[in-house]
Amino acid sequence: MAWYIGRRLVQTIPVFLGATLLIYAMVFALPGDPVAALGGDRGLSPALVERIRESFNLDKPFLVQYLLYLKGVVTFDFGTTFSGRSVRDVIGEALPTTFMLAFMALVFEAVLGVAAGLVAGLRKGKAFDATVLIVSLFVIAVPTFVIGFVLQFTVGVKWGVLPPTVGSDVSVRTLLLPAMVLGAVSLAYVLRLTRTSVAENLTADYVRTATAKGLSRPRVVTVHVLRNSLIPVVTFLGADLGALMGGAIITEGIFNINGVGGTLYRAILQGQSSTVVSLTTVLVVIYIAANLLVDVLYAALDPRIRYA
Amino acid sequence: MKIKRIVGLAAVAALALAACSDTGGGSGDAETTEGGTSQGIVTAWGSEPQNPLIPTNTNEVGGGKILDLMFSGLVHYEADGKAVNEVAESIETEDAQTFTITLKEGWTFSNGEPVTSSSFVDAWNYGAKLSNEQLSSYFFEPIEGFSYDVDSDLTGLKVVDDTTFTVTLTQPESDFPLRLGYSAFYPLPESAFADMDAFGESPVGNGLYKLDGEGAWEHNVQASLVPNPDYAGDRTVANGGVVVKFYETLDGAYNDLLAGQLDVLDQIPDSAFGTYESELGDRAVNQPAAVFQSFTIPQNLAHFSGEEGKLRRQAISLAINRAEVTEAIFQGTRTPASDFTSPVIDGWSDSVTGSEVLEYDPEEAKKLWAEADAIAPFSGTFTIGYNTDGGHQAWVDAVTNGLRNTLGISAEGNPFPSFKDLRTEVTARTITGAFRSGWQADYPGLYNFLGPLYGTGAGSNDGDYSSAAVDTLLAEGAAAGSIEEANEKFVKVQEVLFTDLPAIPLWYANATGGSADTVSNVTFGWNSVPLLNEVTKN
Repeated sequence: MAWYIGRRLVQTIPVFLGATLLIYAMVFALPGDPVAALGGDRGLSPALVERIRESFNLDKPFLVQYLLYLKGVVTFDFGTTFSGRSVRDVIGEALPTTFMLAFMALVFEAVLGVAAGLVAGLRKGKAFDATVLIVSLFVIAVPTFVIGFVLQFTVGVKWGVLPPTVGSDVSVRTLLLPAMVLGAVSLAYVLRLTRTSVAENLTADYVRTATAKGLSRPRVVTVHVLRNSLIPVVTFLGADLGALMGGAIITEGIFNINGVGGTLYRAILQGQSSTVVSLTTVLVVIYIAANLLVDVLYAALDPRIRYA
Repeated sequence: MKIKRIVGLAAVAALALAACSDTGGGSGDAETTEGGTSQGIVTAWGSEPQNPLIPTNTNEVGGGKILDLMFSGLVHYEADGKAVNEVAESIETEDAQTFTITLKEGWTFSNGEPVTSSSFVDAWNYGAKLSNEQLSSYFFEPIEGFSYDVDSDLTGLKVVDDTTFTVTLTQPESDFPLRLGYSAFYPLPESAFADMDAFGESPVGNGLYKLDGEGAWEHNVQASLVPNPDYAGDRTVANGGVVVKFYETLDGAYNDLLAGQLDVLDQIPDSAFGTYESELGDRAVNQPAAVFQSFTIPQNLAHFSGEEGKLRRQAISLAINRAEVTEAIFQGTRTPASDFTSPVIDGWSDSVTGSEVLEYDPEEAKKLWAEADAIAPFSGTFTIGYNTDGGHQAWVDAVTNGLRNTLGISAEGNPFPSFKDLRTEVTARTITGAFRSGWQADYPGLYNFLGPLYGTGAGSNDGDYSSAAVDTLLAEGAAAGSIEEANEKFVKVQEVLFTDLPAIPLWYANATGGSADTVSNVTFGWNSVPLLNEVTKN
C-alpha cells in the first residue's frame, strides 16, 4: 500500500509540469494586452506600457516567461499581481474560504444524498422514491444561479434567517446557504447513484446469503448493502471535491465570497498569468490528492480490491 | 480619469472616473433635514482597489473611493461640483500659466507629520517620474519638465517656503486649479517615500478618515476607516467610521441593502432597474452623472471622412432613437445626450448650435445617407465594437437594429470578450469600424470632456480626429481669464464637433443608487459617489 501511494505521488510531478505548461500557454494565447487595459479608456503612454511589460516579464518570449515562472515556483515565489501583491498571499486568502465552502457542500451532499438515496433504494417504486426522483431531476435541471438567487432572496432578504452575503464574516452560519446551493446539484447525483446502487445490491447473491444466515435487517442493510453501494458514490465525491473548489465561481459571486473562483475569474479577465497558473495548479494538486484518497478508500470499502 | 470597475461578473469597464467627493457642507441637499452626528459605523459599497493605495497610482473607482476619504487635496469638490480651497489658502495666477499656491497652517498627516509645500511637490514629482510606473502620471503632463519617455524632474515646481510653492505650466491652462482636487494631486508624507510598497498597503493621509490600524484593508473583503482626529478642514464627519465592503456582484450588494446589511449602494444592478425605485422609495437615487457615453467612428474608416463622412455621421446620429433606447433598455437610468459633456458640469448647455443632430429624425437621416451615397455608394457592414464584460450588448444591438431599419444598411455589433481585448485593438488602431467610447470626468470642468478626447493627438483621441478650429478654440479656452470666458469657447468647440461628429453622442449615465433605512443624510456628489462623511447611522 505504501509503495502504491508513493508511486502515485511521483506521478504527480509530470502532471504538475504538464498542467502548468498547458495553462501558461493558454493564458499566453489569450487575445489582448493585459497592460493596455490598466489605463482604462484613457490609455497609458507607450514608454510606461513598455516599462510595466518589462517588470512583469511580458516582453519576453513564451518559453522564457514560463521558465522564469517555474524558477520562482521552486523557491515558493509565485510572482506578483498587477497590483503588486504576492500571488502566494492572494491564494492564501482565497483558498481556506473556498476549501471550507467546498467541504461543507461535500458533507451536505454526502450525508443527505446517501441517506435519502438509501431510503429511496430500499423502497424502490414507493411514494418517497418517486418524490425524491422528481425533486432531484428538478434540481439538476435548474441552473445553479437560479437556485442561488432564489434562496438568497427568500432566505436572506425576505425571511432574514441567514445573511444574504458572506463578505468579511466567514463562518459556518454565513457559509451554510452558499454551501447548500453549491452542493445542490451534486446532492441530486449522489442521491440517484446511491438509490440505483442500493436497489441493485439488494438483489445480489451475498445479500440473500446474509439474510439466509439470519442476520438482522439493519445489519444486512448497513454492512452488506450500503458499504458495497458506496463505491460509485465515493468515486463521484472524490472527483466532485475538485469540481466544487474550482467551480464555485457562480456561487461565490452571488454570495460575495472571497474565494478561488472569483479570484480566478478576475485574474483571467485581467490576463494575470502568474495568478491563473498558480491557482489552477493548486486546484490540480487538490484534484490529484482527492483522487488518490478515493482509490485508497476503495480498498477499505471492498475487501476484494488490493493494491500492491 | 478613473477606470470604473463595473462589478457583477464583469471586470474593468470602460469609463474614466473622477476622484473626490466628500461633502457639500449642507449645500444642495434640500430634503435631508435630519442633522446631527452619530457614532455608528456606516457600511458602503465598494470594490477591491486594483492597485496599491498610492494617489498617483490609483486610476479606478475602487481605490479612488477610499483615497478620497483618506486624503485632502489643495481643493475639494462640493456636492454640486464647485471647487473650494481645502488645504490651499489661495491659488493665484496672472497668466493662467504660473500659479502661486499657499497652504493653510496647521494641517498634519495622521502620523503627526506636518503638511508642507514639499508634501505636494515631492508627491507630484514621484507620480510623474517614469520609473515609478504610476498609472496617473499623465496628470502632470501640463507641468514644465514632464516627460513620458525618460525620467525627469518637474522643473516647473518650486518650493518657496514651508507653506508656499509655485507651479509653472508649459502653456496656459485656466482650469488647472480646478483639477487640483483630483486624487493624483494629493500630498504624501515624507515617510511614504522610504517604502512606497508598505505605504500602498496602509497609506497615511490628511483627510477625513484614516485606516483603522494595521490590516484594516482586508483584500477582496473590505476596508475599515475611522475618523481622523488630526483632520484640520471644514468638512464634518457625522458618523463613527466607514466600512467600504467589496462586492463581486451588484446583485449581492443590492440584496444586502434590502436586508439591511449594507447602508449605502452607489450602483443599482441591471436586474433591479425596473423595481428599485418602488423597493427603496425615497431612499432611491437617480440623478444625472458626469458620465458621457458615445461611440467613436475613426476618421480613417472608409466612407466616413470628408464631405461624404460628415453626411454619413449626421445620418447615423439622426437614425438613433435615444429616448426609446434609454427607456426600453436602461429603464430611465440614462439620459439622452444633448451635448458632448454632462449636465452636472458648470457651463453645460442643452442648446448648443447643431445639437439638433441628436434628435431622432429617420426621414432626414435617410435623405442625408442618400446624399452621401450619391458621392460614393456605401458597401459593407457598419459595426460598433464593444466589450461583452461591461453590459453593452443590449444597447449596441438596439442601436444597430435602428440603423438597419432606418438606413437600410447592414449594421451589427462587434463583440470583444473583455475590455482589454477592445482596448488593445483601439490603442493599436487595428479596429475596423466604430467602437463604443465613454468618459467620466476627472474634475468638474467642460475642458475635461473635450481636450483629452478631441484635441489633435490628445491622449484619448482614439478616433484620430483632427480639426484646426477645435484646436484653436481649445487653446483659447485654456488661456482664458475666467471660467465663463473659457466655457464660451468650449461651447464653440462643441458647435464644430456637432458638424464633424468624431464620436456620436448617445446619453449620460445616471447615478443610480440608494440607501437602507438604517442611515440618513445620504447625498450623492457630482461624481456619483455618496458623501459618506455626512451619512448618519440611525
